[in-house]
Amino acid sequence: MKGFKPSAPFLLLLPAIIVLAAVVVLPLILSLYSSFTPFRLTRPETFFVFVGFRNYLSILSNADFWWAFGRTVLLLTIALNLEMLLGLGLAMLVEKATRGQRVLRTLMMFPMMFSPILVGFQFKFMFNDNIGLVNNALQSLGITQDAIPWLIEGHLAFIAISIAEIWSSTSIFAILILAGLLAMPKEPIEAARVDGCTPWQTFRYVTWPFVMPFAYIAMTIRSLDVARAYDIVKIMTDGGPAGRTELLWTLVGRTAYSDARMGLANAMAYFSILLSIAFTVYFYNKLAAARAQIGAEW
Amino acid sequence: MATVSLKNLTKRYGNIAIVHGIDLEIADREFIALVGPSGCGKSTTLRMIAGLEDISGGTIDIGGRMVNDLPPRSRNISMVFQSYALYPHMTVRENLGFSLKIAGAAKDDMDRRVAEASAILGLDELLERRPSQLSGGQRQRVAMGRAIVRDPDVFLFDEPLSNLDAKLRTQMRTEIKKLHAKVKSTVIYVTHDQVEAMTLADRIVIMRSGYIEQVGTPDEVFSRPATRFVAGFIGSPPMNLHEATVSDGKLVFGSGDSLPLPGQFKSKTAAGDKVVFGIRPDDFFPTGHGLSSGGDTEVHRLELPVSITEPLGNETLVFAEFNGTDWVSRMLNPKPLKAGDRIGMSFDLSRAHLFSAETGKSLRV
Ligand SMILES: Nc1ncnc2c1ncn2[C@@H]1O[C@H](COP(=O)(O)OP(=O)(O)OP(=O)(O)O)[C@@H](O)[C@H]1O
Ligand SMILES: [Mg+2]
Repeated sequence: MKGFKPSAPFLLLLPAIIVLAAVVVLPLILSLYSSFTPFRLTRPETFFVFVGFRNYLSILSNADFWWAFGRTVLLLTIALNLEMLLGLGLAMLVEKATRGQRVLRTLMMFPMMFSPILVGFQFKFMFNDNIGLVNNALQSLGITQDAIPWLIEGHLAFIAISIAEIWSSTSIFAILILAGLLAMPKEPIEAARVDGCTPWQTFRYVTWPFVMPFAYIAMTIRSLDVARAYDIVKIMTDGGPAGRTELLWTLVGRTAYSDARMGLANAMAYFSILLSIAFTVYFYNKLAAARAQIGAEW
Repeated sequence: MATVSLKNLTKRYGNIAIVHGIDLEIADREFIALVGPSGCGKSTTLRMIAGLEDISGGTIDIGGRMVNDLPPRSRNISMVFQSYALYPHMTVRENLGFSLKIAGAAKDDMDRRVAEASAILGLDELLERRPSQLSGGQRQRVAMGRAIVRDPDVFLFDEPLSNLDAKLRTQMRTEIKKLHAKVKSTVIYVTHDQVEAMTLADRIVIMRSGYIEQVGTPDEVFSRPATRFVAGFIGSPPMNLHEATVSDGKLVFGSGDSLPLPGQFKSKTAAGDKVVFGIRPDDFFPTGHGLSSGGDTEVHRLELPVSITEPLGNETLVFAEFNGTDWVSRMLNPKPLKAGDRIGMSFDLSRAHLFSAETGKSLRV
């Protein structure tokens, strides 16, 4: 080992580097590689057949994939917008509370503590057409006589999934926006009131620009989350009925394990990551602009 | 026309009263300074006038109209906050024009008024910057500009200069005075800097723990303080105030030292009265180094030891020991002194003050 003297920090970090490489980098490389093969779990030898971009090309003409892609973007749009509105409303209500704010903040975090699988089961039960809470309530209130086939009809199932998604994650928006509201100086709001603003105008011209960066942070986090949505859908509908609620990652999962086409699934996965990257870049730009606008020092 | 009238104005937080029913009549175009120690309720009073704080009792009239239940936007007031409270996401121009935009003013009218205010305050070069790109003094000017642009009935200032350094403060003080002469609005100006109050105000309101101690012109509150508190609060260095007992034409202090009872108080006190004797540093001076006083003044001379001196250039503050403590005196045309020197000191008793030790009220009346 003459002439090679690794520095002490490097030596000390080496075990960590090796572990990381083994559990993160290696699988990533393997999965990326396999997306260029026709690898099937049932036929291990296919792992060594290199087919270049064939998987990627086949994705481009795969209608199921594009439906799932579109549905994911739709879910993302609906969920993020509604979560944003609800979270904003919730945060503003909690901020107004003069007592018990701590308790309210903790309560608000509650949905975040549930595992998505559990949320899926809860909502699957609630939206069950026979014994579910939702239909029961609707019928007892006399709003409808029929059992609405929530998880059985395609559009309704999509709505049910959106509701579950929104329920479980509105609190991320609420918490971040509340943080923004609490961090915001109170004087500009008072100045706006003196300057002639109605409560709505105060919100529109003073509060909102302040809170916007916080909303964008939540958007970034959530866009990544929803673009990876899997568990809730898996439990509630498993992509059904007839693939009507299939999202990107449920499709990837199905392709990989049910159809055992690992190579294709990995290609889909890498393609889908582009979506996440696109959203992240978009919201980061928005965030930077919003921060610059309020002259934020963080 | 914008008189402001406070009647029995009260503020309570829960059971704790912060402002105890104050009455104040402010004339149109008057410049009123609200002074008092920290926590005495100045900001609270100002914020009640602005409508930012609910009123627990009493009434506020602006321009003869009761505004108790009107929101701030309906009161036609402007307020300059201690922290300036500029809108950080707007440029200086947008900050200045914001209230006009909200009021739905026409574009050219808005531009004209913003340009006017910016010219008055010298903001022309800064119009496209954001508040974070401005210095403290510049932010302060923008805050003032924002207030002027609205052309309000009443200006409310809450310690607008307290974040500035001494030089800038003096400069801005002059600017505010000029501004008031120009815009001719009613001004209520909160400060705890008595120099600001004395130089700017038509009348000064001195508050103390939620009560008004005295309302008067700068000259009145300086020369004829109504209470011991006002006497100690106004004037720098503060008035020498010491408890004494009236006895046989004399004021006897705790240590046994005594001074003659000033002539003007002879008829107002009786032997045995407990009083507080007050004399300003200007009226207690090393003999020959005071303000030249006429022959009719009642000067009492004593030889006293010097304990320390504070030279200020044009004058020196001499702390002379009397009644066991240091009394501050102002020495004009100073000559060198050192601690321990005994010098002749003059008390101009015709200008001394006496307050009741019990109520703190002036015995002059
Ligand atoms: N929200 C509140 N709840 C309870 N007490 C309060 C509240 N706000 C202010 N106070 C009290 O009211 C009193 C007056 O406060 P205020 O801000 O008017 O003082 P100030 O005269 O402006 O003092 P400063 O010169 O320090 O600004 C203080 O004793 C303060 O503790
Ligand atoms: Mg204050």
